[in-house]
Amino acid sequence: MSEIVAPVALASSVPRELSPRKLALRRFLRHRLAVVGAVALLLVVLAAVVGPLILRIDPNLVDPLAIRQPPSGEHLLGTDSAGRDVLARLLAGGRVSLLVGLTVALTATVIGLVLGAVAGFFGGWVDAVLSRITDVVLSFPTLIVVIIIVAFTGPSITTMILAVGLFEWPTAFRIVRGLVLSLRDQDSIRAVRGLGASTTHILIRHVIPSVVAPLTVVATILVAQAILLEAGLSFLGLGVPPPTASWGNMLNEAQSFTVLQSMPWLWIPAGCAIAITVLAVNFIGDGLRDASDPRSRR
Amino acid sequence: MTTNEYFTSDVAGSLLSLQSVVTEFRTESGTVRGVDGVSYDVRPGECLGVVGESGSGKSVTMMSALGLLPPSAVVRGGHAYFAGDDLLAESERELSRRRGRDIGVIFQDPMTALNPVMTVGEQIAESIRRHDRRLSRQAVRARVHELLSDVGIADAPRRARQYPHQFSGGMRQRVMIAIAIANRPKLIIADEPTTALDVTIQAQILDLLVRVREEVGASLVLITHDLGVIAEMADRVVVMYGGRVVEQAPVDALFHDTRHPYTQSLLASLPRMDQSTERLAVVGAPPELPPTGTVALPGSGAPSGDHRLVRVGEDHYVDPAYASAERIEVTS
Amino acid sequence: MAAFLLRRLLVSVAVLFGISLLLFILVRTMPGDPAEMMLNPIGFVGDREAALERLRVQLGLDQPLPVQYVRWISELLQGNLGYSYADGRPVAEVLSERLGATVRLVSFALVIALLVGVSLGIIAALRRNTGVDYGLSFVSLIMISVPPFFVALVGIFVFGLTLRWLPTAGMGPPGGGGGFMDALYYLLLPGSILGLMLAGPYLRYSRSSMIEVLGQDYMTTARSKGLSSGRIVLRHGLHNALIPLVTVVALQIPVLFAGAVIIEQLFSWPGVGRMALDAILARNYPILMGFVMMIAVLVLLCNLIADVLYAIIDPRIRL
Repeated sequence: MSEIVAPVALASSVPRELSPRKLALRRFLRHRLAVVGAVALLLVVLAAVVGPLILRIDPNLVDPLAIRQPPSGEHLLGTDSAGRDVLARLLAGGRVSLLVGLTVALTATVIGLVLGAVAGFFGGWVDAVLSRITDVVLSFPTLIVVIIIVAFTGPSITTMILAVGLFEWPTAFRIVRGLVLSLRDQDSIRAVRGLGASTTHILIRHVIPSVVAPLTVVATILVAQAILLEAGLSFLGLGVPPPTASWGNMLNEAQSFTVLQSMPWLWIPAGCAIAITVLAVNFIGDGLRDASDPRSRR
Repeated sequence: MTTNEYFTSDVAGSLLSLQSVVTEFRTESGTVRGVDGVSYDVRPGECLGVVGESGSGKSVTMMSALGLLPPSAVVRGGHAYFAGDDLLAESERELSRRRGRDIGVIFQDPMTALNPVMTVGEQIAESIRRHDRRLSRQAVRARVHELLSDVGIADAPRRARQYPHQFSGGMRQRVMIAIAIANRPKLIIADEPTTALDVTIQAQILDLLVRVREEVGASLVLITHDLGVIAEMADRVVVMYGGRVVEQAPVDALFHDTRHPYTQSLLASLPRMDQSTERLAVVGAPPELPPTGTVALPGSGAPSGDHRLVRVGEDHYVDPAYASAERIEVTS
Repeated sequence: MAAFLLRRLLVSVAVLFGISLLLFILVRTMPGDPAEMMLNPIGFVGDREAALERLRVQLGLDQPLPVQYVRWISELLQGNLGYSYADGRPVAEVLSERLGATVRLVSFALVIALLVGVSLGIIAALRRNTGVDYGLSFVSLIMISVPPFFVALVGIFVFGLTLRWLPTAGMGPPGGGGGFMDALYYLLLPGSILGLMLAGPYLRYSRSSMIEVLGQDYMTTARSKGLSSGRIVLRHGLHNALIPLVTVVALQIPVLFAGAVIIEQLFSWPGVGRMALDAILARNYPILMGFVMMIAVLVLLCNLIADVLYAIIDPRIRL
């Protein structure tokens, strides 16, 4: 007669189970660049939001007597071609650029989320049509498309937000759709459905939580792209129209060789501001991606 | 009737002699010992079965000896004597000269083990060319066709120009076998060669392995979790659990004179036609990778690192904790 | 495979028609007389007004819109894209003139991007998780974060104005002329900057593709044959890693053109990008429409090329 022995507990100690969220946070923090990025972004946002209140100089105040002045005690970063204080414009431009970037990313994410969920959930020809449209939209370079749209409608902030947002959703769409498709067939969903859960319930309790993580990553990427796009468009004169300041149109000045060569204060701050902000966002995005992807060993 | 004789490696008389091989994995939660002091020999001309479940370390041991570990794994100690030379002490260059020439490997999943963008013929040919650069192109091609026919692939010249995805699973595994025996190695390692195949194809592949082994005159190490395959093919068996060898014996002794409870539960899990089955509990629980401490099998108090096997019969060794246990009958 | 490609071709044509329709509708809402657009306004001999009237009737501007669209499309297909508002030249002529300059710029940039991006990406993959890898990843991150026009400005500042090593405007010496070396000289700065713009993404793509390939089972099989690591990486790894990369590169070509718009503006490069920007400022709609159609064709062509390349390189698709 064989001896059947009950399973014996291991003599070793197994690390205590960490919740997935805690694990993700720990990995994010281990990613030093991401932390640096987060801090940097925080500083930028803080500067943009609080800065103008502290500085108290009107970014749109034209002073024909103080055109293109180098940095001085009165104007910490000098003045531009219309005599406006560069630092004030930098901070104000920060507000605009950040706002635009965020709004665009949000719009694109929401559109992508909704369409992706619809496509994944209903499948069939709805999915086919939406996917085809996405492919087409994805293959057109956003900059050129937006340029063309603006060519016909004239530059304005709203146009830019709508146009860019309308062309950046495919990334979010793809991710959400893929997730919904895989979730739909999972047994856990089938089980819940079998219990009589409504579609809304499934969407809210099951789909949305698993979508949040990858979407956050996509959203950060979109923010970075949106800021760059806005800057590029404004630089070409097709984005945020003057006199409103934005980092992009501040760089517009630099197209003159005189400015470029001998008045660095007019364009270097804005350019660096964009670079630092986008870099910070990208750091954060990378960190998020590594943190939320359980099998990424980089 | 037991003697206190311990298992000792026979380097001179073995083709491959593993001694106290220790391999560690770097994981997110720390370092894990996948192979914890494994010793066994492979004798010339024999078929050695290495049995264990997933995570027992049976594949990793062999891969450690051959230097085919993934980057996250490191060999921490031990020796692997092949024809007198310690493989674990050799440089990558020296090792690479042995691989494919003295030692051939057949991997588990022919679907992923073959390069999808290279023709089958080219994948065989490059192994031949690597170890004999003097052969002319025609000679290599002829050898490739010869090998393909040997492993039972008809119309070799045409098939050699095709890509892996144009072959069925069983055919792909035949190709893998052809690659492994291309240079008539002395040792063939088959790592779960039939696990990824249909049951009906498994028998064919096993027959092929037997035939090929005889033709080439090589030793075969058959790594598997399937005891049925072991029963058919192996001369001797090594049973592994938790990164260690728990029992090793000639195949008959293993089946009829089982000493270790783990082996016993493995055998008992084979369905038998003449008995009704009851619920079965496997003795102990295999250590979850990654364990951070030692593995405690029921009864054995031996700490990690010291687990030489004790002799309990002719060529039959077992974990000392069970050396004096009564013979365990395999009944349900 | 032929069937697959045919289907893709048909879809592309359908999309092209769709875009042309959108464009048609868009333009109809614009101020401007289509007949004006089609009749060369400069150097016209005779009574232009009467000719315009006849043209209007001929074009069927009094006809229902769908008919007009058909007429417009047929003109388009015959190569008549209208006449530029600025100088009256046929749009098709202007386009083909400027396209050459842009192609030159973009090709140079593509070569640079591939050379720099892909090779560095592969090196990063081979030295994964070492200092080299981290360094390269950091560099690639910087490359995709800094706005390209800022890089261009800095480039002009450093190389053009301060160091005076490279020219910063135009495609060749003023007044025309100049040989191959001159052309290269002028191409160097704008082309390199444009190329570096895209090198960042390429580095990341090739790195991740290579990493994935390195983890595949067939790499272990290759090692088990005793092959040298050089051969393993090059023969086994590279081929597989490049497969997804090729399609990515093909699909990113339109992005290169987008970047070219900015570069052309900054360097006064006489390409289609700058042409479009000038047209926007001047409300030169015929040129703009021609530009749009050209981009649409380009995008669809790149998609098709990507599919074809993928089928050629990956035997699993081909056979």
